[in-house]
This record gives sequence, structure tokens and C-alpha cells, in this order.
Amino acid sequence: MSETPQATPMALRMVGISKSFGPVQVLREVGLEVRPATVHALCGENGAGKSTLMKVLAGVHRSDQGRIEIGGRARDFKQPADAIAAGVAMIYQELDLAEDLSVAENVFLGAEPRRFGFALDLRACVAATAALIRENGFKLDPGARVGNLSTGDCQLVEILKALRKKASILAMDEPTSSLSQPEAKRLFEVVRELRRRGIAIIYISHRLEEVEALADEVSVLRDGRVVYSGPMAQTPISAVVAHMVGRELSDYYPAHAARPGEVRLSVEGLSTAAGLRGIRFELRAGEVVGLAGLVGAGRTELARALFGIDRPTEGTLRLSGRPYSPANPCEAIAERVGFLTEDRKRTGLCLGLPCGWNITLPSLPRFTRAGFLSLAREQRAAASFGEKVRVKWGGPGDPASSLSGGNQQKLLLARWLLSDVELLIVDEPTRGVDVGAKREIYQLLHELAASGRAVLFISSELPELLGVTDRILVMRRGRMVGGFATRDATPESIMQLAAVDGKAPAPLP
Amino acid sequence: MKRLLRQLLPFASLLALIVLLAALEPEKFLTGSNFLNVLRRSSVNGIIALGMTAIIISGGIDLSVGSLLALAGMVGALVIQAAGPEWGALAGTFAGIGAGALCGLVNGLVITRLGLPPFIITLGSMSVFRGVAYVMHDGQPYNVPDYRFLGEGVVFGIPVSVILFVALALLAFLALRYTRLGRYTYAIGSNRDAAFHAGVRIERSLLALYALTGTLAGIAAMIGTSRTVSAQPTAGIGMELDVIAAVVIGGASLSGGSGTILGTVIGTLLIAFLRNGCTLLGISTNVQLIVIGVIIVAAVALDKAAQRRKA
Ligand SMILES: Nc1ncnc2c1ncn2[C@@H]1O[C@H](COP(=O)(O)OP(=O)(O)OP(=O)(O)O)[C@@H](O)[C@H]1O
Ligand SMILES: [Mg+2]
Repeated sequence: MSETPQATPMALRMVGISKSFGPVQVLREVGLEVRPATVHALCGENGAGKSTLMKVLAGVHRSDQGRIEIGGRARDFKQPADAIAAGVAMIYQELDLAEDLSVAENVFLGAEPRRFGFALDLRACVAATAALIRENGFKLDPGARVGNLSTGDCQLVEILKALRKKASILAMDEPTSSLSQPEAKRLFEVVRELRRRGIAIIYISHRLEEVEALADEVSVLRDGRVVYSGPMAQTPISAVVAHMVGRELSDYYPAHAARPGEVRLSVEGLSTAAGLRGIRFELRAGEVVGLAGLVGAGRTELARALFGIDRPTEGTLRLSGRPYSPANPCEAIAERVGFLTEDRKRTGLCLGLPCGWNITLPSLPRFTRAGFLSLAREQRAAASFGEKVRVKWGGPGDPASSLSGGNQQKLLLARWLLSDVELLIVDEPTRGVDVGAKREIYQLLHELAASGRAVLFISSELPELLGVTDRILVMRRGRMVGGFATRDATPESIMQLAAVDGKAPAPLP
Repeated sequence: MKRLLRQLLPFASLLALIVLLAALEPEKFLTGSNFLNVLRRSSVNGIIALGMTAIIISGGIDLSVGSLLALAGMVGALVIQAAGPEWGALAGTFAGIGAGALCGLVNGLVITRLGLPPFIITLGSMSVFRGVAYVMHDGQPYNVPDYRFLGEGVVFGIPVSVILFVALALLAFLALRYTRLGRYTYAIGSNRDAAFHAGVRIERSLLALYALTGTLAGIAAMIGTSRTVSAQPTAGIGMELDVIAAVVIGGASLSGGSGTILGTVIGTLLIAFLRNGCTLLGISTNVQLIVIGVIIVAAVALDKAAQRRKA
């Protein structure tokens, strides 16, 4: 990008923004300038204040100090409606669409075209939404129920909402964290198209390769301060990382030498009503085994079957040689199997409860004597495991909802580390976690394996699988179609196995 | 800190109310016997509110407690009459409590087995239990003239019903705070799916909560029966609303995941003192309804506002 002359006003200027929650200062005199028709990346560690800054921009939080200018005009947002009226649209980290309504109804929520001044004109809604969809080249049915859409399509709905409101500034908070790769690629195209139309886009992501590919400019937040701001072309990713964490990070994936021991889990001919077909594999103590596959390949379904959520219709499971047939998660945990789920808001955390309670929930029997919980011991354990995964919090008594997205994810990891299971299944465990913390999580998983546990690692990010695991199993359409020792695997070989519609499954190693 | 502040609000209102009444009617209000009287009257509602607190924390509700109380009282009184003067009181007391437990268990079983909302199920059982209470004796009460201990008995100068209320409140407090069931109750109310994935046995926990609440309602029923020395099939009509109000005034959220026993006890006392104050001031029971309704809405609105300011 060339220097824009003085004449065109900034799409957005935020000046000297400060914000505290109680005694905790989260933003300290933050300044941010975004030009029209650019993608401005906002980077920073978990809890740096990115989402909070965006919520100030969206009128959700009021800043204690500072001012906001949009298109050169000073603005004061008292509530989200003010920000929307000024042309600011937000796509939050946790999407909030009305699941029971259709795409069109969501797009026009709060501004439905009315007939005779009051009657909802659903047909006009659908027509207008269809027009918007066509203009933007999306593939989406305006009448579809949002609850039935994939996460990627939900994001498109959010974008349609923004376009409908004629937003001039669109802030996206970790839009790709729960998208599959093709969905993410499609989203990048959409973002580029929006930029071409002159919209200023603020893009928050922990996937730095995306930032590099997409952004024109980048700002880095650390502990609530802007520590760097500059054009992306002149900023290598390593510099972004260094600004984020305040030091250089070397070898991203920690070294790890597996010493596989006895067989922990053996799965023989497993089928379920959820679509698994004749799954067969083994996991050994001391191994980190990756599970690759496209969305819908059945990886999460396999985890659910192993954790006692879905009952097998066929096949046998053995745990350390003993028959294993959990009827529910409680029994699975009693057999020392853990499952870190992929959707922390829905199936992971009790957001309204204290962080400590969230960490100890599956481990409570251990803190029970004669029927009574020892709160002191529980609290100590929660605090120490929180420290172990470096959660950024005031203490285990804080409600989980007050943590940043990445720190909430770390709570779940702390939970399962504390639970002391022999087999841990992790489903996208680094979702929304910053680069430094990702490395620590990999390290922790390796330590778990080194202490004789087995880890089954589900991830859609191939580099992560290739960097962390000892073996990689590949699933396609509910079947196990092959596997590699990680040192022999390449992204291409994995994708080929995952995508190609071959007939005969490759033999397992 | 924040939790303390939320607790403080109902407590401060209670204190303010007592001070106000003490200033307006010192001779009538500020007497030991009046206080004991208020406590004794609040014990029936209060004991049921303990169970309701847990149910509301779990994200559920039990509308059937009033009917359940009537039914349990009828069963208890029937057994008292049938078992004769020697063992009647003891057998009847346990029969009443047992009937309460059984009804609660039925509520819990239907809710967990059918997977339908507790609101609907207990709306239905509210009608069923009431109907059974009427059918039992053709709509007539059972009189038990000698069944007096629970309602009128006094130990060391303190009414037995008050001692029971305090003891049960203490137990409920301990159970919610120091047992797994208590913790699971909060987890289920906060996020049922997440609790399930963390190994919480949802159905078993809910079953326990509804059965325990039924048991508490059974105890309350026998206290009530003893106080009036008769079991009325019309007992406890509309009681569920008072009980739910006490829980909500005490800071519990109807969407689940929050609430405390201390708050509920304060909420119960607040309503009881309000009633007492109105009576002392000569305000009719009809007007009392209006006053209490306004107070409920105000309490919840204040609580919401306090929460929003902190967010
Ligand atoms: N409502 C709140 N009450 C108290 N503290 C809060 C609240 N919201 C955020 N915080 C704190 O503010 C800090 C910044 O949070 P924020 O969500 O902005 O981080 P973030 O940069 O978006 O991180 P992530 O990458 O993990 O999403 C965190 O330490 C968080 O605990
Ligand atoms: Mg965030």
C-alpha cells in the first residue's frame, strides 16, 4: 500500500482509549488508525485487550478515557445502536445469531421491512437478502434456518448483516478460529472484496500466516498498550511475534521423542449411528497421535464414541487390555479417559461459574472426603493448574466469563491436566490461543505423553499436527483411511488421503 | 467481593424493613413473641424454599410444591388417624414426609425421563397432586386434634418449627456448598451441555433435587398440619409463588446457575416481616398482595441493575 495523502480522512481513529474493569486496567491509552479500503490486523497475546478494544468501538463497553473519530467526525457511543448508526459492524469472537430464525430474518433483525408500518414483511426481507447474497456472490439460501448452517455460513450471515447496515468499518474478531480451510479461504476472498469496495476492515487473528496474507497494516497490542503499528509489507511475522510476546520465540514446535509403551486403547471395528464405519486403530502409552480429516470426516464423532457420548452399534473398545464400554462421560472419566471438546462456549465451560470450579468439575471425587468437598484443597489445585497453563486471571474465584477467549481455552486444558487421565482426547485445543501459549500447550501435551499417557490430537491445522504428533491417522467419511509416522507425512500426502475418494483404505502402520 | 455485594442487597432491605417497622410500631413489633411468631410462620414456606433454591439454581422450577404440601399433609393426617393415639403422631409424620418424597421423586422421574421442561411437568403435577388431595377425603379435611408438637411445641423457649427451619437451612447450605451434588447443581444450571461433557450425571442429580424438595415439602406439610391440627386439601394454594419469590428476592436467577441458601432465607424473612408489618399497621391482606408484588419486582430489578453496573 502506498501512503494515502492527508486529504482522505481516516476511516477510524481511536485516540487515548483507556478502560478498566474494576481494579484491572485492560486498555491503556490505546491509539488505532485505520484507513478506508484496508485490512488492518490487530495482533496480541491472549488477554492483551483486542476484544475489549473492539467492544469499545462497537459501543458495548464505554471507555473511561479517549475518543473515537469515524470518517473524521468525533463520535460518542453510548450503546451498540450508536455504533451501528455510525457505520461500525462487528463480528464477535462468539457469534450471536438467532438460531431459530432464517438467514433473511437474521440479516434484517431489528430493522425488518414493515408493511402498513407494523406488519412484518417477510417476503421483502427474503427478497432483499437474496439480492445482497447475489451481489456478493455468496452461496446461501435466504430461507435456511441459521441453526442448521455451518460456522462458515453463519459468518457469511454476519457479514451480510454488516453489508445490509452499509457499514464502513467492519471488525472481525477471530473469524477463522472455527472454520475449515476451504471455508477460511472463501472468507478471505470475501474480505478482499469488501476492501475493494472501500470498507475498512479490522482483522483479529492468532493465525499469523493469515494476517500476513491478508493485512495491509498491522498493530500489536501488549498488556493493553499498542506497542507497534506499521505496514504489513515492512513487518516480518517474526517481528509481529516478538512485539506480541516481548521477546524472540525460536523453534515453534518443541522437540519430542516418543517412547511408545504398552497399548492403552485399542479400537476394533467400531461403528456408530453417528456415521462411524468399522474404525480400527491402537493408541500406545507415551504417544501423541494426530487425527486428520476434512470437516465431516467423523473425527469429533470418534471422540464422542470413545468418551461414552455416542454408543457403538458394533465393535469393541479396550482400555489397557480391559473391555471398555462407557455409557456416559462420567463412566469414561472414571476409566480415566478425558475429552477436551472443540466448542468451549457450548460444551466446554460454565461461563457464569468461577474459573476454579470449571477446572475441578470432572475431578471433584478426588476432593471429596466422607461426602464433603475440601474447598481449600480444591482451590489450591485449581490455582496451581491455572498457573501451570498460565491463565491470565485475577484468581480461581473470577467468573470464567471475565477471561479472554484464549484464556478460557486454557481453563479447559487445565481442567483435563488436573483430571489426571490416562487417555486424553483433545479436539482443536489451541483454538483462539496465541502463538506463545500454543507452544506451551504443545509442551504440556508432550509432557503428558512423556509421563506415560496417550494423547489423541484432533486438529484442522496440518502444520500443528505435523509439528506436534508422533503419528497421524486420517479419517474420511466415517472411516479410518490410513496413517503415517509423522516424520514420513507431508501436508500433501495427508490431504490426498483425506480428500480423494479412494476405494481400498490404506493399511494402518 | 461482588458476590458479597449481591448478598448484601436483600440483607440491607430486610434490615431497613425491620428498622422501619420498629420505628412505626415499637410496642407491637419489637417484642420477642412477635419475632418468634414471624419466624414460626415463615418456617413452612422457608423450608420449601430451601429445595426450590436448589431447583432454581439447576435451571428448573417446581410449581407443584403447594399441591404437594396439601397431598403430603392429607396422607400424614390419614395415617395419624388410622394408626391410633399411641403411634399415630410418629407414623403419620413419617408417612407425610414419605409421601412428599415420593411425589418429588415422581416429578423428577417424569422430568428426566421425558426430557420435558420442569415448568410444564410441574404445572401438570400441581394439578394432579391437588386433585388427589381433594379426592382422598371428598374435599373434607382430616382433623388431628392431638397432633401438636411440630406446630406448637417449644424447646428451650424456641418453637420446634423454627428449630427445624434453622437446622434444615444449615444442612441445605452445607449441601450446596460442600457436596458434589451442590456443585453439580450450579454446573447444570450454568451450562447443562458443558456439565454433561465434564462428567456430571445430569439425570441422577436432577432426580435427587426434585426428590429432596418433595421431602422438604413433606416436612413443611406436617408442620402446617400440626399448626392447624388438621390437614386441608386446600392447603398451600398459591404457595409456590411465595416460595419462588423468596428465592428470587434472595438473588437467584430464574435462568439458572446462581443463588444461595442465605439469600433465600433472607428473602423468606423479608416476605414474612412484610406480611407481619402490614398486619400490624392495619393494612388488609388484599393490599398486602399489592405491596408484596411491587417489592418482588423492585428487588429483582435492583439486582439486575447492580449486575449491569458491574459488567
Ligand atoms: N467483563 C470483564 N470483566 C473483567 N475482566 C474482563 C472483562 N472482559 C475482559 N476482561 C479482561 O480484560 C483482559 C483483556 O481481554 P480481551 O478479551 O480484550 O483479550 P483479547 O486480547 O481479546 O484476548 P484473546 O486473544 O484471548 O481473545 C483480560 O485479562 C480479561 O480477563
Ligand atoms: Mg478476544
